[in-house]
Amino acid sequence: MKIFFASFGSALLFGLGLGLSGMTLPSKVIGFLDVTGQWDPTLAFVMVGAILVHSISFQLITKRPSPIFSTSFRLPTRKDVDYKLVVGAAIFGLGWGLGGFCPGPAIVGLVSGIPAVLVFVGSMVAGIYAYRFVSR
Amino acid sequence: MTWKTSLDALIGGGIIGLASSFLLLFAGRVFGVSGILGGLAFPTKGDALWRVGVMLGLMTAGFILMIIKPDAMAIVPNGPWWRYSLAGIMVGFGTQLGGGCTSGHGVCGISRFSVRSIVATVTFIAGGMLIVAVMRALGVLV
Repeated sequence: MKIFFASFGSALLFGLGLGLSGMTLPSKVIGFLDVTGQWDPTLAFVMVGAILVHSISFQLITKRPSPIFSTSFRLPTRKDVDYKLVVGAAIFGLGWGLGGFCPGPAIVGLVSGIPAVLVFVGSMVAGIYAYRFVSR
Repeated sequence: MTWKTSLDALIGGGIIGLASSFLLLFAGRVFGVSGILGGLAFPTKGDALWRVGVMLGLMTAGFILMIIKPDAMAIVPNGPWWRYSLAGIMVGFGTQLGGGCTSGHGVCGISRFSVRSIVATVTFIAGGMLIVAVMRALGVLV
């Protein structure tokens, strides 16, 4: 149960960060991607802020032998760049620009009940299952 | 974009980085929303609880934002429903194939200086810029 509350608390803070920085607004995301129109650099500032903090804390945290409520750190170890990574990221990017939502802000936005968000999240879950069935 | 919004963006980003650090410190996990959600598609015993905690935490943040910062979610995007459905399917499928999204690759992966995450982030930003440029050229950008 400890791990549930730790995850819940981390995600609560994460969601508030998204909201404070404007990333729950599809208009801000599309504004960042709109390089041939009115470019809005907000998203770049958000990423810089997040990476500045996390790149330092990551080094400090992973000096520990293990996380506080778990036995080991579960970090990706792959180093190879394969076609799946690039094609998957490209498909994700096209969908991201099409709707202005990535997974985090869409989950945060669910409670607004805005139909576009509900349709997006439902379809995203369908897309996740589609991948699971295709990749078997 | 004003100084106020750039500062909010930097601070908001810092909070996102801090939140990702908490998940790593306490649960030993990468804060990648698409991966955490994807792991719930066919949940396994002992691996689901923390994932559900993340999803409920994000939704609770949504509730709090609606009270303390209603304009954070007030702008309803326009366009036909199928635009958001197609976008959702592509985001769901693409993130599973590519192993991450803006949070997992863009924030956590780049913070580890992962080559895979840097390649993925450059690729999805390029993809997003391409489709938005196409939509703008077609006059359907709202």
